[in-house]
Amino acid sequence: MDLSYTPEEEDFRARLREWLAKVLSTLPAAPSPDDWPGRRAYDLGWQRMLHDAGYADVHWDASPTIRLIFLEETERAGAPYVGANFVGLLHAGPTIAAEGTAEQRARWLPPVLRGEEVWCQGFSEPDAGSDLAALRTRARRDGDDYVVSGSKIWTSHAEVADWCELLVRTDPDAPRHRGITWLAMPMDAPGITVRPLRTLAGSAEFAEVFLDEVRVPVANRVGAENDGWRVTMVTLSFERGTAFVGEVVACRRVLGELARAARENGRWDDPVLRRRLGRLEAEFRALWRLTQWNVSAAQAGGGVPGTGASVFKLRYSHARQELYDAAADVLGPHCLDLDRRWVLDRLSSLSYTIAAGTSQIQRTIVAERVLGLPRGR
Amino acid sequence: MRFQLTGDQRALRAGVRELLERRFGRQALRAAVEAPGRLDRGLWRSLGEAGFFALRLPEPDGGVGLGMPEAVLLFEEAGRALLPGPLIATHLAAGKVPGAATGETVVTCVDGELVEWLEAADVVLGEVTGARAMRSVDPLTPLHRVRGATPAGPVADLLSAAEQLGTADRVCELAVQHARTREQFGRPIGSFQAVQHLCADLLVRTEIARTAVYAAAVTADEADIAAARLLADEAAVRGARDCLQVHGGMGFTWEADVHLHLKRAWLRAERGGGGTQSEELLAARLAG
Ligand SMILES: Cc1cc2nc3c(=O)[nH]c(=O)nc-3n(C[C@H](O)[C@H](O)[C@H](O)COP(=O)(O)OP(=O)(O)OC[C@H]3O[C@@H](n4cnc5c(N)ncnc54)[C@H](O)[C@@H]3O)c2cc1C
Repeated sequence: MDLSYTPEEEDFRARLREWLAKVLSTLPAAPSPDDWPGRRAYDLGWQRMLHDAGYADVHWDASPTIRLIFLEETERAGAPYVGANFVGLLHAGPTIAAEGTAEQRARWLPPVLRGEEVWCQGFSEPDAGSDLAALRTRARRDGDDYVVSGSKIWTSHAEVADWCELLVRTDPDAPRHRGITWLAMPMDAPGITVRPLRTLAGSAEFAEVFLDEVRVPVANRVGAENDGWRVTMVTLSFERGTAFVGEVVACRRVLGELARAARENGRWDDPVLRRRLGRLEAEFRALWRLTQWNVSAAQAGGGVPGTGASVFKLRYSHARQELYDAAADVLGPHCLDLDRRWVLDRLSSLSYTIAAGTSQIQRTIVAERVLGLPRGR
Repeated sequence: MRFQLTGDQRALRAGVRELLERRFGRQALRAAVEAPGRLDRGLWRSLGEAGFFALRLPEPDGGVGLGMPEAVLLFEEAGRALLPGPLIATHLAAGKVPGAATGETVVTCVDGELVEWLEAADVVLGEVTGARAMRSVDPLTPLHRVRGATPAGPVADLLSAAEQLGTADRVCELAVQHARTREQFGRPIGSFQAVQHLCADLLVRTEIARTAVYAAAVTADEADIAAARLLADEAAVRGARDCLQVHGGMGFTWEADVHLHLKRAWLRAERGGGGTQSEELLAARLAG
């Protein structure tokens, strides 16, 4: 067991740190959460800067440890998070890299890395969330096109996306998991209507997407027809793998800020609150160690995120909610003021136990796939 | 960074597990439960011979010359096996109290307001005048209470956390075994989601405690040790409870081992004055 980094890794960290110190001050002011075009431009601009400095593909090509250092240092320095580039960089991109043809890789990967195109994820449907394989959006073959009809929901960044990683049913007669296909759909195709949905935090973070006879070239299919479920499992392993590394670092920073705020407003004198924050510090320290453990395991296992990801996601999503509940305790009545720091974060933390697989679904995955318990009904 | 067990560490763990199964298997455990307060000196000497107490003592001093990560693996196995005796105090006394390293001398010490195995020990470290015997909730650990509270220190906390990790790991295993084999409504109870989710939480708590304990063994940082202690106490205490729940009525009997794990986990959670100090230490770090 060893927690030290190699000289090459330390060197990478030092160079990155130096670069961040230089460039972060040149960033424009962050847009307001409601300004979607502004957010798109901001997030793409940051990706472009990473690209020009040689860090663009750190999520794809780098070793898991280098990726860990990258996420740790960028978060510590207060750099922008992946934002609108989330789907492109963290799952559509890696999926195309793993499963796409040479032509598909050449068409779609460079614009993601250069910060030119934004992707969204069209998996969930109104009647197919946790039960993703129940999806009904139909695609019928017509010459060189698929003709797609149906609807998708909870599609993050749909309003500003250029492409959508879309799951469709191509064989309605096949068993549920067998008739699904993975398509790259251009978001400006005729027949697509995007209706923003307001989240409980007040902003339009995600949308409903209606598809009415949308034509998607057969050439945009990644993987074989009706083999989309397997491709999707590749996508989801990336989604759960390293998505939260930077956020653990961020939570540890917030915890320190909470302690300082409590000192200033006198709440620190309450031993119950103090001990609660102490326990959260233990929690986030341990989550960071679990991250390092999982990354080391991935490094040894050829870079593929393992089942440790479900264990991590379960614990982290709840810890994050407890963190912002503690923030409310520090704030006192100010926790009802949307203009106060942490109040919006508290609201958005509520999604962590739902998005990317609910806690209940994760527990079932842990029980059946990690512990080997018999499958339920 | 290779934050995984090395081949040697894996081999060490397997070796200790095998030794404890041989020398302190289920029969020995139940025999010890029926003879409370008696420390098996023969077992103690075998532990000494196997290097249990001298593990971290430098080789020139007659020790094994290994480090804290290895000690943690050893105590994790002791926790799994529910090995009784003042293991931590004797381990810490190796090289200081004659005979401790070899298992000839049994050493105990004051930890918080508690002293374990006071009457069976040859040497007692700390002030114990006026110590009062308690009717210990753990049938495998006789206890005395003392006035004033002297915690045994961070290394003792870390080794105690390692024992808790062993308990958490073991009760997770017991729960899963039972859930696979016990049938109700015509199928294994492990296929019911309510039971699956109890088991999943057992594993999640164990794994986060594991990485916290191992990391603290590598860094030896006081705050890391405090964190490890809190996570491991939680994993063992809540884990043993959930394991008991999975066992149903069987879990409430003296015959099932689950209660022994729970009682020992409670006891360890009280060591060093409980988790309060760890929480305060971490809070102070945050504000500092
Ligand atoms: C902020 C946010 C962003 C999202 N972004 C995207 C996106 O970009 N693209 C996309 O495709 N999707 C996205 N999602 C959708 C997300 O993946 C789903 O919301 C999630 O998988 C749950 O599905 P559902 O909402 O249909 O809930 P349901 O599946 O209806 O679940 C409702 C409740 O029932 C429980 N439940 C359901 N089935 C079971 C079961 N078998 N056992 C036990 N409990 C069960 C769930 O745990 C939950 O508590 C996003 C969601 C959120 C909140």
